[in-house]
Amino acid sequence: MAEITLRVNGSERKVSVSGETPLLWVLRDTLELAGTKFGCGAGLCGACTVHVEGNPIRSCSTPVSQVAGKNVTTIEGLAASNGLAAGQLHILQAAWIAEEVPQCGYCQTGQIMSAAALLSKTPNPTDEQITSAMNGNLCRCGTYERIRKAIHRAAGAIERPREIAKIDQEKRGNGGAR
Amino acid sequence: MSPLSRREFVAAGVAAGAGLVIGFYLPHRGGPQPEFFSPNAYLRVTPDNKVTIVVARSEMGQGVRTALPMILAEELEADWKQIEIEQAGASTLYGDQTTGGSASIRTTWDPMRKAGAAAREMLISAAALTWGVPRSSCTAENGRIKHAATNRSLSYGELVSKATTLPIPTDVPLKQSKDYKIVGQRLARLDTPAKVKGEAIFGIDFRMPGMKIAQLARCPTIGGKVSGFDDKESKTIPGVSYVGKIGDAAVAVVADSVWGAMEGRRVLNVTWDDGPNKDLNTAAVRESLKQGASKKAASLYSAGDAAKAGGRRISAEYELPFMAHAPMEPGNCTAHYQGTKCELWAPTQVPQDCRDSVATAIGLDPDQVKVNVTLMGGGFGRRLEHDYAVEAALVSKAIGAQGINAPVKVIWTREDDMRFSTYRPTSLHQLSATLDGSGLPAALIHRIIAPSISGQKGQPVPGGVDPDLPDEAGPVYAIPHYTIESVVTETPVPLGWMRSVYALQAAFALESFIDELAVAAGKDPLQYRLHLLAKDQDLQYFTTTWKTARMRGVLQLAAEKAGWNKPLPAGHYRGVACFGCFASYMAEVVEITMEHENAQPRVQRVVAVVDCGQVVNPSILEQQIQGGIVYGLANALRAKITIEKGRVVQGNFDDYAPLRMDETPAVEVYAVPSVEVPTGIGEPSVPPIAPALCNAIYAATKKRIRALPILSS
Repeated sequence: MAEITLRVNGSERKVSVSGETPLLWVLRDTLELAGTKFGCGAGLCGACTVHVEGNPIRSCSTPVSQVAGKNVTTIEGLAASNGLAAGQLHILQAAWIAEEVPQCGYCQTGQIMSAAALLSKTPNPTDEQITSAMNGNLCRCGTYERIRKAIHRAAGAIERPREIAKIDQEKRGNGGAR
Repeated sequence: MSPLSRREFVAAGVAAGAGLVIGFYLPHRGGPQPEFFSPNAYLRVTPDNKVTIVVARSEMGQGVRTALPMILAEELEADWKQIEIEQAGASTLYGDQTTGGSASIRTTWDPMRKAGAAAREMLISAAALTWGVPRSSCTAENGRIKHAATNRSLSYGELVSKATTLPIPTDVPLKQSKDYKIVGQRLARLDTPAKVKGEAIFGIDFRMPGMKIAQLARCPTIGGKVSGFDDKESKTIPGVSYVGKIGDAAVAVVADSVWGAMEGRRVLNVTWDDGPNKDLNTAAVRESLKQGASKKAASLYSAGDAAKAGGRRISAEYELPFMAHAPMEPGNCTAHYQGTKCELWAPTQVPQDCRDSVATAIGLDPDQVKVNVTLMGGGFGRRLEHDYAVEAALVSKAIGAQGINAPVKVIWTREDDMRFSTYRPTSLHQLSATLDGSGLPAALIHRIIAPSISGQKGQPVPGGVDPDLPDEAGPVYAIPHYTIESVVTETPVPLGWMRSVYALQAAFALESFIDELAVAAGKDPLQYRLHLLAKDQDLQYFTTTWKTARMRGVLQLAAEKAGWNKPLPAGHYRGVACFGCFASYMAEVVEITMEHENAQPRVQRVVAVVDCGQVVNPSILEQQIQGGIVYGLANALRAKITIEKGRVVQGNFDDYAPLRMDETPAVEVYAVPSVEVPTGIGEPSVPPIAPALCNAIYAATKKRIRALPILSS
């Protein structure tokens, strides 16, 4: 057991876990950020993708000791990390809604984190760039085509500075998901 | 529910065309101030004008939490924006709650419509009484009852107290499809925002105070047992509070955290009794299919007398391996056993089976077990099993006996999911045909040799016919002498229902063989199929009537949209296949390129056409068909579970690799416009894709693929 300090979604978090604990389980279990998913435990599916210092990493295969002192962004903090206020959606989340991407939805937070890392470096990616950035993220529901469309949609929207698609976030917004 | 399994019961209910008998319960009438208006178990309207629709099927991505409410809301003339949904747990109010067999819409279409219509009629009566005007002068529209003559209206919420005093009508008028405002629209799924924000709670995300986590070490050899274990090292892992045997074949490690449980299991020392299957391998399983070929077959379909037809004879054999569902969310379930009751939070397609199996396993009555249904990260049939639920309940009970009264979440790893799944049955198909003078089959025999999923689970296999085959292996063509028959073999390898079940195997064999016949006859494979469907004919297969006209319709539309008669770019090749299952008709045209004849085919384009009757939500339909094709392409190209020394070889997404984005083609989806009763959509797109792809590969290489997966052929 060790005391490890992380910066998660902009806040300093101290955790008391063994250093080899995968970041995934520290996020999900210790910090109760369940938006990051467990899919394979071996860096093969991308469901656990988060950003460390802005770069996409597989949190299931990253010991927490490796990210001590670093900035970690999860799906829960993605919009805020882009300077958006509470309740606002990241441009990709809005595009995901507009294109009706998710089916079961389990892999989608990882997909969005990979896509966000792509757009931060390549604001208007080609199809090939999208494929190359997203190929590590598996989806058994087969949503790849709509993912591609949503990334293009978001990329188009980024051209218009600071314009964030307004998405109806009414009370039923969680769709009975709880 | 005995002797029929739930799944059979669904099939029977669908087949009877009547929908299931639904437990309409007595409405809540309350006292002078009713809390809500609930004329049936599907609907609740409160005075604050909240309209809640209960979904009694499980959401695994297929959109039931949106599509089923749309059906009720349509008849209710509800304001779609005010609809809230509630997930039903295991209940006695909704008939069979199994989510499978592409049956959710089929089995709830009538009850949901009637539930909405009954409420609408009562609300109209309530308004008419309130205003003292004739019912016939009132209309329901967009969540309000209106009286046009006086320009008055009342919201449904405002009518709650009056409506609760009225009798529930039993015979209510239903809307005509031309008047639909909600059904048929591309309405946004209600579960999307939570899923993109990371707020959706899947089974694995469920947590509660004091919850423990368990990982189980299961005997890796099929049918083996625990012979002993040493938990010394496990107990040195921080947070590990319990290690103990669960059933005959597993040892549970319980900890305060997931990682603690994983580490505790990693260092656990178990010795296994490998049992009777320690020498089992894939070759032996294959041999059992070959031996099955000589056994007497049970008839599934028989037209004319195939043995009597004379002419040129062609025959071929096709083979398919075991496959695994591999949903993205690994198996899990949370259970809290408390002596005289047990509560579960289960990502399950069968809440009632979970309730019953858990009750049996822990010695309670079914009504002492409460099952809450969570979201599922995919199901594909894997969550028709109750193993996760039983494990969680047994572990919670076991730690309870040690004085730890706590809910337990059992989490499977990906390797657990791959190696302890229930697999799509391997199968062997023998096809033979006799061609008449024009090259068309005068006779066709399709013999399906496969183990029975239901049979292995101890459920009835009436007349030697697996109870799934009546939904999944029907005739496609009007062939004068046509026999479909099956031989059930045995295997110790655990079997399960995987998306499209036996239809995938049946379609691969039949639609590859039809292509072989077209080639032998020197005919275009599309025209050949259309010839076999030229006459309008009803093909009666168990309780489904397959119509050649509807199959012809999907094929023709697919050909038109794919530009079948137009030349392809150099190096591009096409294949076509069609099939009917779960009462829907499907045709798919695949276009590929291949760098050389042994290269992996690159699927460039797929055109998919479905006739599934009335479409409830075109966007969800498109999702299901695109997704089914991506799933089916992975099955066709690579999916293969093999057995060595009684153990499943594959373990993760490296040696059992789903499709990734770079292999995913553009899929164009079209639905034949129809006002027929809606039929299945979750599974019918899966079966035709493998034969369509293999037929395209034949067009490219003149090599016929007779065994899946393609990439190991």
